Amino acid sequence: MTKQEALYKYSLRLGDSTLILGHRLSEWCGHGPKLEQDIALINIALDLLGQARSYLSYAAEVEGKGRTEDDLAYHRVERNFHNLLLTERPNDNWGNTIMRSFFFDVFHYYFLSELTKSKDEQLAAIAAKSLKEVTYHVKHNSDWVIRLGDGTEKSHKIMQDAIDELWDYTGEMFDMDEVDETLIKEGIAPDLAPIKDKWLQKVKDVFREATLEMPEVQEWHHTGGKMKGIHSEHMGYILSEMQYLPRVHPDATW
Amino acid sequence: MSVDNKDWPLWEVFIRSKAGLSHKHVGSIHAADYEMALENARDVYTRRSEGVSIWVVESTHIHANSPSEKDPFFDPANDKIYRHPTFYDIPDEVGHI
Repeated sequence: MTKQEALYKYSLRLGDSTLILGHRLSEWCGHGPKLEQDIALINIALDLLGQARSYLSYAAEVEGKGRTEDDLAYHRVERNFHNLLLTERPNDNWGNTIMRSFFFDVFHYYFLSELTKSKDEQLAAIAAKSLKEVTYHVKHNSDWVIRLGDGTEKSHKIMQDAIDELWDYTGEMFDMDEVDETLIKEGIAPDLAPIKDKWLQKVKDVFREATLEMPEVQEWHHTGGKMKGIHSEHMGYILSEMQYLPRVHPDATW
Repeated sequence: MSVDNKDWPLWEVFIRSKAGLSHKHVGSIHAADYEMALENARDVYTRRSEGVSIWVVESTHIHANSPSEKDPFFDPANDKIYRHPTFYDIPDEVGHI
C-alpha cells in the first residue's frame, strides 16, 4: 500500500466517523428534552460536521481525481463508507445518545492529542483545531454520564443499559490494519494501543464517579465499518436521509 | 406545588463581552444546577463568540421593584436637574465625555 492510498483511506475513515456521528446528533434537532440541551447537541453536531468537511476535503485532495467533499459525503454508497459502527448506532433515548458520544469523545480526545504531532501538516492542523472543540464535548458528555449514572434509580438503569448495549462497539475504535501501519511508519498516524489504555482509564474513572459498572474488556468486538465498509442495518436509513437532497436536486445551492 | 414537578429552575444569564466591560443581562435558561446552567448558557448565548465570562443567577434570587411603585421610586429624581452636570462649560479640548 502506498503512502498516498493509506492517507486517502485514513482521512476518509476519520471524515466518515465524524460525519455519521454528526448526522446522528443532528437528528435530535427539535426533539431535545429541553431547548438548552437541544442546542447543546446541535452545537456538537455542527462541530463534528465541520471536522468531517476538513477530513473529506483533504481525502478528495489526496485522491487527486477531482472529487470534492460533497461528492464524498453525498455520492458514495453504503459499502464505500468507513465510519465506526459505534457512530451509526441509533439515538434511542437520551441516555444512549450521551453514552455513545461519551465513548467516542474520550477516544477522539486522546486520538487528536496525538494526531496534532503528525508529520502530515494538514492532519496536524485539523487535529489542533478540532481538539479545542472535542475537549468541550468530553466535558459535556462526561458531566451527563455522571449526572444520570449517579442520579435516580431509573436514570442509573438507563445508563447501565446503554453501556451494555454499546460496549461491544467500542473495540473497533482501536483496531489497526495496513492503513494505520503504513502511516505509523511515516510518523503520520498515532499508534492506537496506548490510546486504548488512556481511554480505558478515563472511562473507568468517569464510571466510578457515576456509580456505573465497567464491563469486562474482551478481545471480541463488532467490526466491519471502519475497514471493510460492512455496516449495520441502520446505515442505509442514515444515508437515504442524509443524501436525499443532493441526489434528487443535484445542482441545488443555497 | 406538586412535588413531581420536573421543570428545571430558571436562571438569569449575564455575559461579559470582553475584558474591561461589565457583565450584561442577555436572557434566561433552564438548568438543574449551576454547573448545568453555565454549560447551557455557554451553548445558548455564546455560540457566536459573544463572551469571555458568564455569570448565572437563579431567577428566584433576583428581586425587582414593583411596577406599581414606579412613581414614588423614580419621579422624585425628575425635578432635580442640579444632579446633572449640565451647568459647567466644558473646554473644547475635553471632547465628548
